[in-house]
Amino acid sequence: MAVIEAWYKLISMLPFDWAHYVFMKNALLAVLLVTPLFALMGTMVVSNRMVFFTDVLGHSALTGIAVGVLLGFHDPVLPMLILAVLLSVGINLLKNLTRASMDTVLGVLFAFIVALGIVILSRQGGFVKYTSYLIGDILTVTPQQIGWFFAIAAAVGLYWVIAGNAMIFTSVSQSLARSRKVNTFWVETSFTVLLALVVILSIKLAGILIINSLLVLPAAAARNISRNMYAYTGWAVIISLFSGVSGLIASYYWGTASGATIVLFAAACYAVSALSGAVRNR
Amino acid sequence: MRNSCEHCCTKIEDLTVKSGRNTILSGVNLHVNCGEVVGVVGPNGAGKTTLLRTILGETAFQGRITFRVGGSPSKNPKIGYVPQKLQLDQGAPISVADLVASAISRRPVWAGINKDLSVKAGKVLAVFAAEHLLKRKIGDLSGGELQRVLLAIAMTPAPDLLLLDEPASGVDVKGLALFYRIVRGLRQTHDISIVLVTHDLAGISSYVDRIVLLNRCVIAEGDPKDVLSNEKLLEAFGPALWNISCLPNSIANGKDAHGGH
Repeated sequence: MAVIEAWYKLISMLPFDWAHYVFMKNALLAVLLVTPLFALMGTMVVSNRMVFFTDVLGHSALTGIAVGVLLGFHDPVLPMLILAVLLSVGINLLKNLTRASMDTVLGVLFAFIVALGIVILSRQGGFVKYTSYLIGDILTVTPQQIGWFFAIAAAVGLYWVIAGNAMIFTSVSQSLARSRKVNTFWVETSFTVLLALVVILSIKLAGILIINSLLVLPAAAARNISRNMYAYTGWAVIISLFSGVSGLIASYYWGTASGATIVLFAAACYAVSALSGAVRNR
Repeated sequence: MRNSCEHCCTKIEDLTVKSGRNTILSGVNLHVNCGEVVGVVGPNGAGKTTLLRTILGETAFQGRITFRVGGSPSKNPKIGYVPQKLQLDQGAPISVADLVASAISRRPVWAGINKDLSVKAGKVLAVFAAEHLLKRKIGDLSGGELQRVLLAIAMTPAPDLLLLDEPASGVDVKGLALFYRIVRGLRQTHDISIVLVTHDLAGISSYVDRIVLLNRCVIAEGDPKDVLSNEKLLEAFGPALWNISCLPNSIANGKDAHGGH
């Protein structure tokens, strides 16, 4: 906790209005930890065409909360995590065992899982209680949650160091990767499980409706202006951090939802990168 | 000399591969000797890609596949594989250097490729006339350039068996001749067996030691010269020769029920 105290002191020295509030200091620290994490995960989500998959994962949180309510959990994070992990492992198995069109499978699953969640949560008109999960609320983040983000950021960083090159081969060609003795099934499964952890642990910050944009936009923007993995990764992290910090501060002054404001900044980055990419390729 | 199998590196015996109710390969026997370049030729849907995927261990099969490395049996030989296509869209921000560096080093390439590694990657590519492509994006390469880069990766480290899947697809004539010359050269510099799968019989005949005509089973095999004269037959009778099929059900299933593309 000494780290948190030091952080509070540091931010208080800033000559801004928002820098006096503890909730803004917490939110800023959370953003600084979570946005680079999202950027890294996003680069692989975009490269492996998993955008729809992560959307399903995000929306499974709704069903996770519902299951938690049914089973009488005070904090639904555990059922959410279990459901998301089961879902990602299941989808990955299905993808490897069948040659079915994942697009359709995911579409069916998406509809089912959202409907199930809404049906359970809307019993006796109680759905309004859960809207904060839909749009997210980064300002209520606690130092304890920040601790969790720190742990998962460290885990993702370590994973990237260990499995980074294997992930590249797997995304380029599964057969090629396997011929090089890369266990593609393990790479894909471990990545999707990690993805489930990241998405669910940060769902309260970002919100079910927009968490996917936070994952996808920085990587998509970086892709427009990158010619190699170093630039791709670097730009994604920079764009994600920039949108995160500016979106959070802008939302303070505008009185808007932070998550959605961050997404708007990321979308603006995407537009700029698409333009500059198009100009460069002329 | 063939089938003496003292230096038989890869031995496929009575191989049958099924997908659901369709039989893709039936009773295939294929021996590949060390230092030999074998061209497997067949029409679309003949099961060529399936054959390679089975050798790679990606498909369930009946029959036996055995490998020998340096004279003794090996369960886990090093296989170099050049896929026909990549599951990669054109905009993917992966450079040639990224891919080669991932192949030769454990250092994660997203953290940047240092000078030392870049020089090493360049050396790997130089053997395959692809050094100048180092900074290019994979998606920007021409068909021939991509084949040479993938070959460079497949040859690093040198495998016991090299599998090439349709190297002719999307490659212009000049690029293809260069590619085949390089492959032919590998046979002399490395003691490896090479299996090259293609539908282009005329194109490969001067670069391979042996040709195997495959259409769900082995129809004919032999010296390129003999098979080529056979091809005159093929021309005389038109594509009817390809209709000779080993499987009664392949006609019932219609053409192209399966295969790589």
